[in-house]
Amino acid sequence: MLTCKAFLNELSDYLDESADAEVRAKLEQHITECPNCWVIADTTKKTIRIYKGMEPHPIPADVESRLMTALEKKIASRRR
Amino acid sequence: MAVSSQAGMDETILVAQSRQGDTRAFGELVKRYEGKIFRLAQHVTQNREDAEDVLQETFMKAYEHLDQFKGDSKFYTWIVRIAVNQALMKLRRRKTDKSVSLDETIDTGEDTVVREIAAWDEDPEKQFSREELGGILDTAIQSLEPPYRSVFVLRDIEELSTEETADALGLSVPAVKSRLLRARLQLREKLTRFFKRKGDDAFAYM
Repeated sequence: MLTCKAFLNELSDYLDESADAEVRAKLEQHITECPNCWVIADTTKKTIRIYKGMEPHPIPADVESRLMTALEKKIASRRR
Repeated sequence: MAVSSQAGMDETILVAQSRQGDTRAFGELVKRYEGKIFRLAQHVTQNREDAEDVLQETFMKAYEHLDQFKGDSKFYTWIVRIAVNQALMKLRRRKTDKSVSLDETIDTGEDTVVREIAAWDEDPEKQFSREELGGILDTAIQSLEPPYRSVFVLRDIEELSTEETADALGLSVPAVKSRLLRARLQLREKLTRFFKRKGDDAFAYM
C-alpha cells in the first residue's frame, strides 16, 4: 500500500503520463482509496491545464515597434 | 519589417528562407513567437524593461546565428533557449537582489507543500473574466521562488519537455522534476483560494 508521501513524489510523472505501468497502477489504486490525494491530483491537474490554456497577450505596440526597429538596424548592419 | 504572405507557412520553409536572407520570412517567425518570448522573459525576469531587452536580444541573436540552427529541434525550442539564457543573465546581473539566485541549493525532497485540500469545480477558471484570471495566474507565478518559477514556466507554460527544460536551464533531469513538482503543488495551493468549490470545506465531499 502506497503512502500519501510516496504518492505525492510520483504525482508529476503520473500527471505527465510518464510513470511506468506498474507505478501507475499503484497510484491509481491509491487515489481510489485516499480522497485527499484524489483532490490533490485533480486540482494539480487543473492547475496545469489552466496555465497551459493561457494564450500570451499580444505584445504592446510600443514594444513591438522598438523590436522591429532594432531588428531592422541589425539586418542593415549585417548587409553592409 | 514587412510581413505578408508567409502567414500560415511551414516553419522549416520560413527558416530556410530566412537563412537565405529573406527578411520577410524572418519577420514572420518573429511575429509567430514574439508574444510567447515576451511572456517568458517577463515571467523569468519579473521586470518589464529587462523583458523587453531579452525580447530584442533573443531575436537579434537568432538572426545572427541562424546558420547555427541545425533543425534537429524546433525553431521555437531553439529561440526559447536563447531567451532563457538572456533572461538568466539579466537575473544574475541584478546581484543586489538576493532572492534571484538560481544557483542556491534548494531542499526539494521532503516537505512537499500541501496545506489546503479542497475540491475545485470542473472548470473553476470560468467564474473569472480573462483579465481577472490572468491577474490571478500571474500573481501566483510571481510568488514562486525563481528556481521553481523558471522550471514551471518552461515545462507547463511553454510546454518544453523535461529534457529541453533541463538543457535550457543547465539543470539535471531529476532537478527539473523535483522543482516542477514543488512549483505545481505551490501553485495549486495558491489557486485553491480562488478556485475551491463555494461552500465546500475540506473533506465536505467525504
